[in-house]
Amino acid sequence: MADRKIRQVKLSLTGNEAGAFALKQANPDVAAVFPITPQTELMHAFSAYVADGAVNTEMVYVESEHSAMSATVGAAAAGARAFTATSANGLALMWEIVYIAASLRLPIVMPVINRALSGPINIHCDHSDTMGARDAGWIQIFCENSQEVYDSLLCAFRIGENKKVLLPVMVTLDGFIISHTTEVVETIERDEDARAFIGPYEPWISLLDVDNPVTMGPLDLQDYYFEHKRQQVEAMTNAPAVIDEVFAAYGELTGRRYERVEKYRTDDAEVVLMSLGSTAGTAKEAVDVLRDEGLAVGHLKVRTFRPFPFDLVREALSGAKVVGVLDRSISFGAQYGPLCTEVMAAVHGKDVEIRNFIYGLGGRDIFVEQIAETGRSLYDLMRGKKDLPPQSYIGLRE
Amino acid sequence: MKKMTEIIWHGRGGQGAKTAATMLAAMAIHEGKYSQGSPEYGPERQGAPMKGYTRISSDPVRIHSSIREGDVAVVLDATLLKTVDVLGQLKPDGVLIVNTTKSPDELRAELGAPPSVKVYTVDATGISIAELKRNLPNTPLLGALVKVTGILSLDTVVEDARVKFGKKFSSDVVEGNIRAIERAYREVK
Repeated sequence: MADRKIRQVKLSLTGNEAGAFALKQANPDVAAVFPITPQTELMHAFSAYVADGAVNTEMVYVESEHSAMSATVGAAAAGARAFTATSANGLALMWEIVYIAASLRLPIVMPVINRALSGPINIHCDHSDTMGARDAGWIQIFCENSQEVYDSLLCAFRIGENKKVLLPVMVTLDGFIISHTTEVVETIERDEDARAFIGPYEPWISLLDVDNPVTMGPLDLQDYYFEHKRQQVEAMTNAPAVIDEVFAAYGELTGRRYERVEKYRTDDAEVVLMSLGSTAGTAKEAVDVLRDEGLAVGHLKVRTFRPFPFDLVREALSGAKVVGVLDRSISFGAQYGPLCTEVMAAVHGKDVEIRNFIYGLGGRDIFVEQIAETGRSLYDLMRGKKDLPPQSYIGLRE
Repeated sequence: MKKMTEIIWHGRGGQGAKTAATMLAAMAIHEGKYSQGSPEYGPERQGAPMKGYTRISSDPVRIHSSIREGDVAVVLDATLLKTVDVLGQLKPDGVLIVNTTKSPDELRAELGAPPSVKVYTVDATGISIAELKRNLPNTPLLGALVKVTGILSLDTVVEDARVKFGKKFSSDVVEGNIRAIERAYREVK
């Protein structure tokens, strides 16, 4: 620890402030923003850095979220390091261009404050917004706390811009629960050190490079479209190794080491709980409660939802008899929520019982005791004392 | 020793419960502790009951839910005691700090608070009006809270308040706030 070359400083920041601070240190070339309801204070905080001259970023104020992503795509196609931030309905409105950003292989970075989609109108946390974009071709990193928001955003540029990847990256944080909560965040003290970690941007393509003219986004019909999709698959396939490499380098620099999944007391666990985002922290508390009761329970957090860490999840669940997957979004008409569907695919063919729990929609709170109770019922299931349906709910009035 | 202290701030929209909850968290972080401060977001109307939450711990705070039963309840507006079940959200051996001119004994009798609950009162509104010419009870209550709980040092609170308010307000306002914090620290009963 002591021989680390950089100095770090602990700050008290909300998730929004932590995100804006990371982006300030990254100093991207262009940011586009539109304050849709509910917009995020993240861009508000970032515009203050622009106004104060703390960054050289050119801010483009547009007339809708659709335009915000369009402007970001335009800037990235011109060879700029570009970002925008959004939330809930804002992400829904920009969706058409979200898909295009990935298809054009533009390594845009976008924090998304996870909030429920309307209607009815709700501004609180769930993961419906980013789950709606899970097949858009973006890398998705879910953050448990403000520290992870800061760290993941600095890593996101290096991951997306890697020549083997060239994909846009979404970094998600739970609305209000993380976005508006003040926490300790350890930050790299000097902006130059953070920038050095990200490295200078060398765009793989630029519409402004007149010596090497290119066409982007033209008509691409039956003859080549399929092959281009296959290339995106290839990029996603390459991403895990690059993510691991960037996380390792970041760990070397800061001492904060991340993996695509985070195991908590899973080694000897018979029952494993799984979740994304801020709930992972609450679930770890619940695991400690259950361990004190003598139950061998662990928790597995998924950090990168896209690409989904199938190999790591399969390996981490190799000793588990029962797995309870907590989903903070719902896939209407599907048997399981989005996270559980992936877990089922990851453990396919293994002798393990999986149960899915939908919780927390529209910001409904989730408490340690509720997760602990879920763990106990899964333990009862394992012992044959209880049956549980494939999917049920936590914290729902019925 | 308990590792984590959970504090619920009961106020009305506009009284500064959110500011107090997050300021206290930042102060705890400044003292090298782990902390979390958040407001409970609702309709956010001026005057509507609302809550703020602060957790302070010697270890990283992992839990990310609201606080159902706090170790400490700080009531910024005593009229809330008629409509909000403050005691129901406080541990049986918790600490209750109320902004009122009443004595702790009077208030205890009025609320029917069990003997295990420690009741403290301070006239934060009176202090605020005297020192700031405005009813902003949140900053004096920070002084009362650290006196009663000993969770942070008064020096940290004063120093951080000076820095935070100094960014926004004139030195008169800053010093008024400092005096209010120090008075509530001395006068809480």
